[in-house]
Amino acid sequence: MTTARTGRPPLWRDVRVLRVAFQVAVLGIIALVLGTLVGNVQANSERLGIPTGFEYLDNPAQFPIPDSEFRPTQPVRDALVEGLANTLRVVVLGIVMATVLGVLVGIGRLSGNWLVRTAARVYVEILRNIPVFVLIVFAYFALALTAFPAISEAWEPLGLAVFSNRGVVVPWVDGGIAPLVVGGVVATVLAFGLSRWRTAVADRTGAPAHTVRFAVPAVVLVMVAAWLLSGLALSVPDREASSVSGGIRMTPEYFAIFFGLVVYTASHIAEIVRGSIQAVDRGQVEAASALALSGSQRLRYIVLPQSFRIAVPPIGNQYLNLSKNSTLGTAVGYFELARVTSISVGNGAPAVPSYLLLLGIFLVLSLTLSFGVNVVNRRLALVER
Amino acid sequence: MSATPSPALVWLRRNLFRSPADGILTVVSAVVVATVLYRTARFVAVTGRWEIIEVNLRLLMVGRFPDIHLPRVSISLAVAAFVGGLVAGVVHRRQVAAGTSAVAHLGTGRRALDLLERFWPVLAGAALLLALSRTTGPWVTVAGALAAGMAGRLIGARLPAVVHPGVVLGAVITPFALVAYLADAVGWDGWGGLMLNVFMAVASIILCFPLGVLAALGRRSTLPAVRWVSTAYIELFRGVPLFVLLLMSGAALGFFVPVDAAPGRVVRAIVVFTLFTGAYMAEIVRGGLQSLPKGQPEAARALGLSPTKVTFLIVLPQALRNVIPAQVGQLISLFKDTTLAGFALGLFELLNVSRSITSQDAFRGQPLLPEVLAFVALLFWIGSYTMARESQRLERKLGVGER
Repeated sequence: MTTARTGRPPLWRDVRVLRVAFQVAVLGIIALVLGTLVGNVQANSERLGIPTGFEYLDNPAQFPIPDSEFRPTQPVRDALVEGLANTLRVVVLGIVMATVLGVLVGIGRLSGNWLVRTAARVYVEILRNIPVFVLIVFAYFALALTAFPAISEAWEPLGLAVFSNRGVVVPWVDGGIAPLVVGGVVATVLAFGLSRWRTAVADRTGAPAHTVRFAVPAVVLVMVAAWLLSGLALSVPDREASSVSGGIRMTPEYFAIFFGLVVYTASHIAEIVRGSIQAVDRGQVEAASALALSGSQRLRYIVLPQSFRIAVPPIGNQYLNLSKNSTLGTAVGYFELARVTSISVGNGAPAVPSYLLLLGIFLVLSLTLSFGVNVVNRRLALVER
Repeated sequence: MSATPSPALVWLRRNLFRSPADGILTVVSAVVVATVLYRTARFVAVTGRWEIIEVNLRLLMVGRFPDIHLPRVSISLAVAAFVGGLVAGVVHRRQVAAGTSAVAHLGTGRRALDLLERFWPVLAGAALLLALSRTTGPWVTVAGALAAGMAGRLIGARLPAVVHPGVVLGAVITPFALVAYLADAVGWDGWGGLMLNVFMAVASIILCFPLGVLAALGRRSTLPAVRWVSTAYIELFRGVPLFVLLLMSGAALGFFVPVDAAPGRVVRAIVVFTLFTGAYMAEIVRGGLQSLPKGQPEAARALGLSPTKVTFLIVLPQALRNVIPAQVGQLISLFKDTTLAGFALGLFELLNVSRSITSQDAFRGQPLLPEVLAFVALLFWIGSYTMARESQRLERKLGVGER
C-alpha cells in the first residue's frame, strides 16, 4: 500500500512549473541570439568606425534622383521620402491596374466564347509560371530599350500615346490631379450614401433598389464636374520630330517595373477570380434559377457577392506581394526605396541602420495594406449564427 | 429551309458567334491573338538569333562548373532520376495495393499517353536542349537520366509494398549525398546556371520545412511566450520583401557575425530563402492544423496519448497531408524567386548568366537579351508549370477541399 497522493508532484513533473520553465528557456534563447547579434553589430561597427545611430539621415545624400526636384545636397532623409513617393507611385497604380486586368482575364477564363476563354487561359498559364523578375528585366531591356523605336519614329497608336525608347507618354489631365482626387472622394461618399438610401427604400417598400442606376450617374456627374472645375483640359501627347509635349511621361524604368508587376500580378488575380466564382456552391445558382432570376441577376445578386467574399483575402495577399516586389525596380534603375537605400549605403551611409529602416518602412506598408484588406474582409464575412 | 448545318458550323455558332456582341468580341480578340501569335512566331523563327544560346548552353545550365567535373553532374542527375523513379514505383505499387491508383487499369499505351500528357513540357524542354547542344555531353546526360529513371520505376514497382527501412533511409539521404558529391568537386560559390537555381530552391524548401512546422505549432501553442515569439517571426518575415532581405544579407550581414565568420554567398542566399519561406510555410501548416476536426486530437487524448504523441502521431500527419499542394505552390514561388539572388548577391544563377553572356566579345553591342531572356523564361516556365500541374493532380487525388 502506498499513501494517497495528496501533495504536489515533484517539480520536474509539475506541469505548471514546466510551462513556466519552458517559456523562460525559449525567451532566454531568443534574448541570447538577439543579444549576440546586437553585440556583434556594435563590436564590428566600432572596429570599422561606423556609427550605429540614425544621424546619417541628416547628411547630404550626394547623389541625384532623376525626374525629381531632389538635389544631391539635400539630406538622405529627403532622398528616402522621394524614394517612398516613387514606390507608392508604382504600388498604388499597379494595384489598380493589376486588379482591372486580373478581373477581366479571370472572367474571360469563364467566358462562353472559346477564343476569349482560351486566350485568357494561355495568358494565365504562361505569365503565372515565369519569375516576375525575369518579366521586369525583359520589359526593361527587351521592350522599353530595344523593341520600342527611336523617338523619331515612335509608335503613336490612335495619336493618343507615344511609345519610344525614351519612355511612354500617355494622356493626362491638365492642371494637376488634386481636383480629381477631391472629386473621387466626394463621388465615393455620394455613391456610398446613395446605395445606403436605395437599399433602405428597397427594404421598406419592396421596390427594386436600382443602386447602380442611381450611383453610376452620380459618380459620373461629380467626376465631370471636377474635371470641368479643373480647367476642362485633357493633355494629349504631341510629338514633333524628337520632342514630345503634353501628356505625362513614364520613364523606361517606370514602365518596366509597372508593366512587369501588373501583368504578373494580374495573372495571379485572374486565377483567384476564376477560382472564387467557381467555388460558389452550385446549389446557389440552381436555387436562383428556380426563383426565376435571369442570368445577369444570378451573377449580380447571387454569385458575385459570394465569390467576392472568397476572393478578398487571397487578392489582398497579391497586393502585398506586388508592393514587396516593387523593390525589384532597383534592378532596372527605378529610384524606389530599396534603390535609394542601397545607393546611399554605397555613398557611405551605415549599412545596418539603413537596411533596418528599409525593413521597418516595408513592415509598416505591409501592415497598412493588410489592415485595409482585413477591414474589407470583416465587412464581407458571413455572420455565423 | 436549309439542310442540317455541318458540325463545324454549329461549333462556330455555339462557341464564337452566339450573339452580335459575342461576334464583335471574337473578331476583336482574334485580331489581338493573331498579332501576338504572328509577332511571337516571327521572333522565334525569323528575327531571333539563337546562336548565343547554342554557344553558351553550358554556362546557362551549370555555370562555370569545370570540364573535368561535369561527369559528376551527369551522374548526380542519373542518381536523382533513379531515386525519383524508385519512389514513384513504390507509390504506384502501394496505390495498386490500396486500390486507389487512377492508371492501373489502363493499358500500356494509355498509360504512356497519360505520362506524356503530364510531362510533355519537360520532354519538349529536354528535346530543345539536345537540339541546341553542340557536344555529346547533354545527350549522354539525358539518356542516362531517362534510363536511370525508368530502371528505378521498374525496380520500385517490384519492391514489397512495405518498404525496407534501408530503402527509405537511402532515398532521404540521397539529396544530401549528391550535394556533398558535387560540392566535393567545386564549392557552392563556384556553382552557377540553372543548377544553382534548382539547388537553392530544393535546399531551402527542405530546410524551411522543420522551421515552418515549429513556427506553426508555436503560433497555436497555449504558452504565451512561445506564441508571441512564433507570431513575431512569421509576421516579421512575411511583411518585408525577400529582395531587401537578400540585399541586406549581402551588404549588412558582415556586421551581424563575428569578424571572419561571414558565410559564403550561396549560404547567405539559402539562409535568407529558408527564413523567408519558413514564415510562409508556417502559415500553410497552420491552415492545415486548423482544418483538422477537433475530434481528432480529442479522441487521441481520450485514448491516453501524451500531448507530444497527439501532435506528432495524430495531428501533424493529417495536417501535413492536407497541405502538400500548398507546399508545392510554395516550392514553385521559391524556385522563381531564386532569380533575385543573382542581382542581390551577385550569384551566377540563370538570370545573371543571361545578362552576362550578352556582353561577351562575340555578342557585345547586339541586342540579344530578348532571345536569352525568352530562353530563361522558358526554362522556368517548364519547371513551374509541370510542378503546378502535378500539384493540382495531387490535390484532386487527396480530395482536398472535398470533405
